[in-house]
Amino acid sequence: MNLQANPGRGDGSSAEAGAQADVDSVVVRFAGDSGDGVQLLGHQFSQETALAGNSLATFPDFPAEIRAPTGTTYGVSAFQINFGSRVVKTAGDQPDVLVALNPAALKVNLNVVRPGGLIILDSGAFREKEIKRATFDTDPRTDGSLKQYRVIEIDISAQALEVAKPFGVSQKEALRTKNLWVLGLVSWMYDREMKSTSEYIARKFGSEDPVGQANVAALRAGHAYGETHEISGEITPVSLPAVKFEPGTYRLVNGAEALSWGLVAGAQLANLEAVLASYPITPSSPVLHILAKLKQFGITTFQAEDEIAACCAALGASFGGKLGITASSGPGIALKTEAIGLGIATELPLVVVNTQRAGPSTGLPTKTEQSDLFIAVWGRNADAPIPVIASRSPGDCFDVAIEAVRLATKYMTPVMILSDGYIANAAEPWRIPSMKDYKPFPKAFRTDPEGYQVFQRDPDTLARAWVKPGTPGMMHRIGGIERDSLTGNISYEAANHQKMTDTRFAKINGIANDIPEQDVEVGETSGKLAVVGWGSTFGPINRAVHNMRARGHSVSHIHIRHIWPLPRNLETLLKSFDKVLVAEMNQGQMLTLLKSQYLIDAKGLLQVSGQPLKIARVEAAIKEQLGV
Amino acid sequence: MNVQTPPQKLTAKDFASDQEVRWCPGCGDYAILKAVQTSLANLGARPENTVFVSGIGCSSRFPYYMSTYGFHTIHGRAPAVATGLKLARPELDIWLVTGDGDALSIGGNHLFHVLRRNVDINILLFNNEIYGLTKGQYSPTSRVGQKSPSTPLGSVDSPANACQFALGSNARFIARGIDIQAKQLGEVFARAHANKGASFVEIIQNCIVYNDGAFDDFVAKEHAAERQLHVVHGQPLIYGKAKDKGLRFNVATLSLEAVTIGQDGVTEKDILVHDEKNRTLALLLTGLKPPAFPEVLGVIYCDPTTSYDAAVKAQDDAVRAKGPGDLDKLMRAGNTWQVS
Repeated sequence: MNLQANPGRGDGSSAEAGAQADVDSVVVRFAGDSGDGVQLLGHQFSQETALAGNSLATFPDFPAEIRAPTGTTYGVSAFQINFGSRVVKTAGDQPDVLVALNPAALKVNLNVVRPGGLIILDSGAFREKEIKRATFDTDPRTDGSLKQYRVIEIDISAQALEVAKPFGVSQKEALRTKNLWVLGLVSWMYDREMKSTSEYIARKFGSEDPVGQANVAALRAGHAYGETHEISGEITPVSLPAVKFEPGTYRLVNGAEALSWGLVAGAQLANLEAVLASYPITPSSPVLHILAKLKQFGITTFQAEDEIAACCAALGASFGGKLGITASSGPGIALKTEAIGLGIATELPLVVVNTQRAGPSTGLPTKTEQSDLFIAVWGRNADAPIPVIASRSPGDCFDVAIEAVRLATKYMTPVMILSDGYIANAAEPWRIPSMKDYKPFPKAFRTDPEGYQVFQRDPDTLARAWVKPGTPGMMHRIGGIERDSLTGNISYEAANHQKMTDTRFAKINGIANDIPEQDVEVGETSGKLAVVGWGSTFGPINRAVHNMRARGHSVSHIHIRHIWPLPRNLETLLKSFDKVLVAEMNQGQMLTLLKSQYLIDAKGLLQVSGQPLKIARVEAAIKEQLGV
Repeated sequence: MNVQTPPQKLTAKDFASDQEVRWCPGCGDYAILKAVQTSLANLGARPENTVFVSGIGCSSRFPYYMSTYGFHTIHGRAPAVATGLKLARPELDIWLVTGDGDALSIGGNHLFHVLRRNVDINILLFNNEIYGLTKGQYSPTSRVGQKSPSTPLGSVDSPANACQFALGSNARFIARGIDIQAKQLGEVFARAHANKGASFVEIIQNCIVYNDGAFDDFVAKEHAAERQLHVVHGQPLIYGKAKDKGLRFNVATLSLEAVTIGQDGVTEKDILVHDEKNRTLALLLTGLKPPAFPEVLGVIYCDPTTSYDAAVKAQDDAVRAKGPGDLDKLMRAGNTWQVS
């Protein structure tokens, strides 16, 4: 039989990826009802896969509803993982394997599976009622809908009920072990150690709890099913060799974790305590949850009454001499706008984390997009510049957060971090950094009242001094009314406003001299085509450019971290290419920014489907640009 | 460095900044400013440890006229800024200055939350029942029928009662004063300052330009004695020039009655004694309006409890007492693997 467990093209999903690419990575997608524990299943399988030394990228894809009505298409939760024996950069264009725990999961995910791919179904969930509920007119298993796939039907529900019997748990609890049963089966398919999952269950339930015991039994039973049943003939288990990573200690990390730890690291490097003030919002809330548990690092967290209050409280903390941080997503950022303006006016440090989601308005809260570049760079009343930095991957959030703290404190300014829903939730193997490798940037407070003027500036950075209330002899007042360029007192004077506006611009523009020059990720620094990206499109662009270069095409990948101010050499760099293609998940925001700044005739590859960009799409766009 | 040791005893002048005060001549804010500066001197406050935070409006220019630290923020959001500041620096003495529009209209949400959380700050709400800085529109405390540029036929909005809003928000300290009564204001400020929690003080303030005389029904000289009741904890609720008027509780209607001692068999024993810890009484007292009843002034309600900032600090301190965090260790906790 075919190696059905390993039919994948993984990252190199383009038809031209070549035969060799077929065997070094696999994309598996788990899908089920939002109560089926699909995210846990995916997360644990990712852990096992990481511990086995494979490279991987994940894509949790779930609805906004916590528990949508059972069996509905809008209640389907999915988790996709791409893993391989080579470096994996995206969660994969097309799943090679789909595990569907009910008809709705099949309905929603069928169109994404690679033709010829493997579908594992829980036949116990394919009763007439569920099939209808999933909006299939006829049974997809028999009406020819699945003819281009390989299908294995297992009554997973019955298996789970049978396995759970000896533990005396309720039928509901027994059915909820389905996810562990599937994990056991998939662990067998890909030769995974299940130790970390067993330990996880023991930690969660304790060894005596019958529910925990039923879950462990389901895990083992799924594995045993693979070994002993007839599917052993249809699926040959496959072991992908470990990737040769750079030496170090590794873990899985998602963007929310790396970002939160990066904020802690930044505060430590700045020698500051911090106050995070936030209001719950998807997909940003995990930052609040994580930092709420890190009080030992001098972090105080505050769940404010709304987004405005959160930003204002963070700014109040900064006025008090601690690092104010607020984290939110698009609609929340819109509400914070006025308070960010106050931070710009009073020149206080403030870190604003924007984990972008699809919009406008409520949009698609759990789906990803990069459509907040404009609000980050230009989206405030009046002339109100701030630095904006974007993270490209989960692990990259760590360094981006540190950089944001550095700029905010050094230049006394609000800074916005752009992450997105995909980065926040996705996990990747991460070489854990050591704090000793980071250069501290301790922030000094002014305590000498001699000659102190509130808006006197450092000649290099143009930043004003930070003074903590409580310091004798340095009492001062600041506020949103235009301030005299030296004393900070209210000033309505025309020339002063011009000067202060110019200075605010000069301060932020000057940061371009304090950030790295733009480098080229892949390819030459000049040529026929540069594909420009920012944020979470890094993986698909990078892989696509690699693939196209392997086929002999002249194309380079440029990925912008510093969105504002832009790197000082970027104009020259972009003008060294015949063509520039900007790939982003919005209607052309970076494209517009670059055109406006450099008057270049760039083109866009734009997508707002709520899903990450696919490699194949980037490859197709490159071909179109190159005329090949 | 040449830091002078400040004199032991500061005066009101030491709390005044070098900025020219720019309120309209005759504005009630001048009197309040003076009362605050005098009170801070009397309380032995230190300018460097005192912060005035404000929103937007005439009253919110207040911080610029103080020699303390000050933050003039954005419309309605001062309670949120002050909360963040207090969480960051619980040892600071924070005063919040706001108005009826700033606190009860655009900032109603934040006022509610800062009160219910009981953040240890002193909130001075200057209530002039009008929008002054935007040139005279009616405010959420304006009375029905108030004519203004935005209500040429008279306001039809039901006004908010500031003290009852505070009470409904679970404020634990509620007081009321009048701009021109410096002595009484000073006493209220001292009590507010002593209370470790959100102290809410409504200050009846006359806007000489857009709402002059709005409070004459109880502030004007001819009405003051008969229509002002200055409450004192443990003292009977008696008022009037001859100290012959008082408040009696009507059990049948669960309400207060204004009675005259010596009439209809009423004796001093019938008059309710003020209990500032009695929330029900506070609700009744704050609901009284002249001319049928007196305007109730002084510390109406004071029943302290742990402040939010103290509780947060206690949690933070308890965790930190176990030693500082080690980020390298944190990031290496859980499932990791080595690549060599």
